[in-house]
Amino acid sequence: MSKKIFSGPFLAFMLCGTIIPLGVIAYYGITDRSGAFTFENIKAITTGEHWEALMLALMLALISTVICLLIAFPLGLILKDSKLGKKGFMVFIFILPMWMNFLLRTMAWQVLLEKNGIINQVLGFIGLPSLHIINTPAAVVLGMVYDYLPFMILPIYNALIKIDKNVIEAAYDLGAGFRQVLQKVIIPLSVPGIVSGITMGFVPSLTTFAVSNILGGGKVNLIGNIIEHEFTTGSNWNLGAGLSLVMMIFIVISMALIEKFDRNGEGNII
Amino acid sequence: MKKVLKGIYLALIILFLYLPIFTLMVLSFNEGKTMNAWTGFSFRWYREMFSNRTIMEALGNTLTIAFWAAAAATVVGVMACIGLNAMKEKHRSFFMGLNNIPLLNADIVTGISLMLSFLLFGISLNYGTVLFAHITFCIPYVILSVMPKFRQLENHTFEAALDLGASPAYAFFKVVLPDIMPGIISGFLLSFTMSVDDFVITHFTRGAGINTLSTLVYSQVKVGIRPTLYALSTVIFAAVFVILILVNIISNKREEKRA
Amino acid sequence: MKKFLCVFMTLILCLGAFTGCGGSKSSGENGTLYVYCFGDYFDPDLQYEFEEKTGYKLVVDLFDTNEEMYPVIKNNTADYDVICASDYMIEKLISEDLLDEINYDNVPNAENVADSIKPFMEAFDPGMKHSLPHTWGTYGIMYNKSMVDEEIDSWDVLWDQNYKDKIVMPNSLRECYMIAAKKLGYSMNTADESQIQEMTQILIDQKPLVYSFANDSAREIMIGDSAAMAVITSGEVIYSKEYNENLEFVIPKEGTEVWTDCWAIPKAAKNKEAAEAWINFMLDGDTAETNFEYLTYAIPNKLIADKMDEAVLNPSKDLLDKCETLRNLGAEADDIYSRYWKKYKAE
Repeated sequence: MSKKIFSGPFLAFMLCGTIIPLGVIAYYGITDRSGAFTFENIKAITTGEHWEALMLALMLALISTVICLLIAFPLGLILKDSKLGKKGFMVFIFILPMWMNFLLRTMAWQVLLEKNGIINQVLGFIGLPSLHIINTPAAVVLGMVYDYLPFMILPIYNALIKIDKNVIEAAYDLGAGFRQVLQKVIIPLSVPGIVSGITMGFVPSLTTFAVSNILGGGKVNLIGNIIEHEFTTGSNWNLGAGLSLVMMIFIVISMALIEKFDRNGEGNII
Repeated sequence: MKKVLKGIYLALIILFLYLPIFTLMVLSFNEGKTMNAWTGFSFRWYREMFSNRTIMEALGNTLTIAFWAAAAATVVGVMACIGLNAMKEKHRSFFMGLNNIPLLNADIVTGISLMLSFLLFGISLNYGTVLFAHITFCIPYVILSVMPKFRQLENHTFEAALDLGASPAYAFFKVVLPDIMPGIISGFLLSFTMSVDDFVITHFTRGAGINTLSTLVYSQVKVGIRPTLYALSTVIFAAVFVILILVNIISNKREEKRA
Repeated sequence: MKKFLCVFMTLILCLGAFTGCGGSKSSGENGTLYVYCFGDYFDPDLQYEFEEKTGYKLVVDLFDTNEEMYPVIKNNTADYDVICASDYMIEKLISEDLLDEINYDNVPNAENVADSIKPFMEAFDPGMKHSLPHTWGTYGIMYNKSMVDEEIDSWDVLWDQNYKDKIVMPNSLRECYMIAAKKLGYSMNTADESQIQEMTQILIDQKPLVYSFANDSAREIMIGDSAAMAVITSGEVIYSKEYNENLEFVIPKEGTEVWTDCWAIPKAAKNKEAAEAWINFMLDGDTAETNFEYLTYAIPNKLIADKMDEAVLNPSKDLLDKCETLRNLGAEADDIYSRYWKKYKAE
């Protein structure tokens, strides 16, 4: 008896829970309301407002991913050397916020950032100029960074602690400076973590609609908002499905990236 | 000096992550219903929370769904790792790629596609369909946590156990399982957390009588969220906080003992 | 670690079992009634009162928008006995033959329904055969007296350049178009593309003045003094004034939208009698009063008419004559609106 058989339940779940539902969505995407075959719903991505929303979403997701990376990498380095960098502690501190409901957390940011909100009151009290980012793309980026930072920190940290200390010491012994060690040793060895952090944060940011609705004040229109609109108020599920099929392209790209850089699953979230 | 800077950096990030949570905790003790005016300290929402049956039922559903989904996903995920590791490299990476789809897909697409599929096959929505959906999106987290541990395993120990006369099952539970346990535990906990936090997928796959905390929060958006939900979130958050600290302290002690 | 994971699991299971037991103690001697309703839309204590009075066990499920509820009822994915839905959605459900007629013999309290609401009900449910009202209200402008010096009485103020970045608009398609329609003197239920185009244009012109698009959080923004005015439903007024005394509410003279959220019984209901008992209970004078105090939304019940604030919750007949109810426009018109709405939001 082959051990392969153990993957049976997994494959069954994948088939029933992922592949078949995706097939159903694909079917909706290539038909219209009457059930006739059409490519209109997929071509719709190129019309003005859809394309704009996609581009804006791509830009904001990109910016927030870069910010996440810039925050997470130094943090990973700090935690790698510090006593606090125990695995249990790490998971603990970065997963714990998820136990507060996502919508409530995002709404709390709204209360904090509002024109006359808590942060601005505090800033005004100590005589600093107020912060006007609510209802702008900047607030949406903040929300995305907030939500997906843990998914960036954990894989980077995991990749960093796997680097053999002796390798780094050897580099120093051979006369490399900190910058060189970073460039030639640490960064190349943490690529799997970086790649999986990027994909775990980028794609969900790309398709978010709650963050842009709440922190963007409905003024920041992303592709996620359009898909959500089509599935709810617009009640044109076929168009919504067609547009989500386009989003699958980004998922496939992410999968290819992970496959290329993180073959062995080194940069995992836990 | 460098140490201080590092400390400040860490503190700022933790502040960033916990500021909104702290805000909600404070608001849960606000006498008034609004988020924007402090009208006095009160336990009003905590009292209301315990007498509200819908909230208590939703709490029960959330925890049981999360538990069973995480447990089932863990079993299926670990089995999948065994199976996948026995496959050829090419097949394995194909399935690992598939495994990423539920992680990366937009929630609303996953939710609606599951609902449509259930309808297509004439399955009426109920507790079971929610559970099925949750298991589906939890499995990838388990596999991602457990797979690396399998990679680190020394295959020889398992074979040695077999050579010494252990049955494959016995060898698995005595030799392999202890080594992959940390991955299993983190996979379980992560699945549990994701299941508790999910709204969109639950919403589209639930049937009559099934509310979870997330669906409760979202459903109140029409009339404004009542602070009872902040109170409830605070209680859950505090409970998890205490449990995780205990787990952490105790596992540290055990490690020390072992060392 | 293993041991403590076990402890963790046991704790979770205990909690689950504890709350689970608390919930399903008895199944009710007369069977179970499944209610599908907007979240937090009646006083939760009424649940116990209803169960005691009638012997039915009540299971309440919640949704956020009509659009979320619709596929559930249409596809009959879960068997609900009674639902709460808004006017245009009731019309849509009736047109698709998804609602059962109410047997008025089982709902004697139907006579408590206020007369002022009836013409609006007639528009989407002729003869009120399929639905009875739960709450109703109008849309109007809420403004902050400390930021607005003038007397407001018209939708035109939303186009006043003095209030740049100080106006909160509803984040919903039909309400935004309602405002534009009333300003231009069109029907809010128009399906004429040239009119929709014109409305879109004036909405786009107004967009730079908008601070944010918000539904439920509009009142929070107003309470927190973060915007000067917001288009909001009358039900939010009493609540908001409680926390910020500078807030004032007006229904513009051009007329506005009157909305009604109603109880109705889906064709697939398994326990129709229980559903009628529930509707009857909701229309009872005491229940109406309890709900009014909990929700602060206007309840169209004759017996508590004196409790409603005249100006806000009980607008004059003259004003009501200029108001309309949202109608279901059909898929084609929905598509046109949807297309223009996306253009508007993309601007």
